[in-house]
Amino acid sequence: MRGYVPSYKLISPASLADALAALAREPGDWQPFAGGTDLMVLLESGKLSHKNYLNIWNLSELRGIEVSGAGITIGALTTYTEVQSNPILRREFPMLCQAASETGGLAIQNRGTLGGNIANASPAADSPPALLVYNAELELLSVRGSRWVPYQSFHTGYKQTTMQPDELLARIRLPRVWPDLNHYYRKVGTRKAQAISKVCFAATARMDEGIIGVIRIALGSVAPVPLRCRKTEEVLQGAMLNDSTIEKARAELAREIVPIDDIRSTKNYRLRVSLNLLEDFLRGLAPDSA
Amino acid sequence: MESASNKIKIAFAVNGRTQSVEAYPMERLLDVLREQLNLTGTKEGCGEGECGACTVVIDGQIVNSCLVPVGQVAGASIKTIEGIASGQQLHAVQQAFIDCGGAQCGICTPGMVMAAMDLLERNPNPTEADIRTGLAGNLCRCTGYMKIFDSVVRACQNESS
Repeated sequence: MRGYVPSYKLISPASLADALAALAREPGDWQPFAGGTDLMVLLESGKLSHKNYLNIWNLSELRGIEVSGAGITIGALTTYTEVQSNPILRREFPMLCQAASETGGLAIQNRGTLGGNIANASPAADSPPALLVYNAELELLSVRGSRWVPYQSFHTGYKQTTMQPDELLARIRLPRVWPDLNHYYRKVGTRKAQAISKVCFAATARMDEGIIGVIRIALGSVAPVPLRCRKTEEVLQGAMLNDSTIEKARAELAREIVPIDDIRSTKNYRLRVSLNLLEDFLRGLAPDSA
Repeated sequence: MESASNKIKIAFAVNGRTQSVEAYPMERLLDVLREQLNLTGTKEGCGEGECGACTVVIDGQIVNSCLVPVGQVAGASIKTIEGIASGQQLHAVQQAFIDCGGAQCGICTPGMVMAAMDLLERNPNPTEADIRTGLAGNLCRCTGYMKIFDSVVRACQNESS
């Protein structure tokens, strides 16, 4: 049953400074409300337990994509539609654009924000595996100031993050990567459109004469947090790409992820699909597969 | 149950007319459109952003009105299914849905028409894949989608002829 609507507050601060002041005045009392594509679903099912929200949707300070030589900085309120239509993101960070285009339908992509997808902290979210692989950094703002944190240390447990109650996720920074990197992103769900992931897999690599040079792998929906798979990467880094290496990497990934049975899938299915996606990605790196 | 929040006055434009409503800020735009403004063409399907039946246009972009709290639309310009015909002249997409039998029970139809109209405004010559992507957020339990798909193709032909 839907939550009792009159019991919820939604106030609209006029500026980013006002929003930060409200967060600082009573830390934890107010929570940010952006595109609403997660929170309104919880409201509908009567599971939206927090009552007081700050409407940050109209804060222009949190929008926009800035490009510099070193990196791309994306405002937290940048929508999925804006992410996937940005030419530089499409060229250099294609997995992020693919994640954006495969999250919900267009009506969701027009409202859902990159910052919301991160701060909501669902392990089944679709952009985090791409952000982990791209070594994203997050800017957390409060009246105390600004701090940048590596995204890979942001999620500390199921729906838990290092963000403090008075902080707001303001920007996401992606260091620019080498152009000859291979990008592989696969979301596996019940159907092609609108599905929530059973498994989400993102990886990049660069081959150097049959040896795996740079390699980064991250998965969603297979652990309490979006997971960068460092141990599997270590097995592969500097190794010759052959059947034996692929077998070792599969075995390591099976140890590294901790999939569970839940409403969307089973532990066994998730494990099997994750290992198969890893193998598919690695075999695609072989020069004769192109 | 105790009410923590008070109704507030919110003004926005709907189909070109300024409207002022009093509502709790977390009321769904869908409910305000249907129950306060009597714009019942916008339908509720799933209520959780999966089906697209409640699709409306806010400031030029389609959204699910079941997921938008009315407190977020102050000053916005909203278009609903009631606002897309010009007087008695149906929009090309509406006419194509009639000509091709693109509606059965009718619950998904307003959302389908809004999504199709949005697609054609952004992309007047969509490929088959573009049409499928454009309508991917809208579910229909009756037609099997082919007649809806045909309607969009027909609307493109009529618009370009």
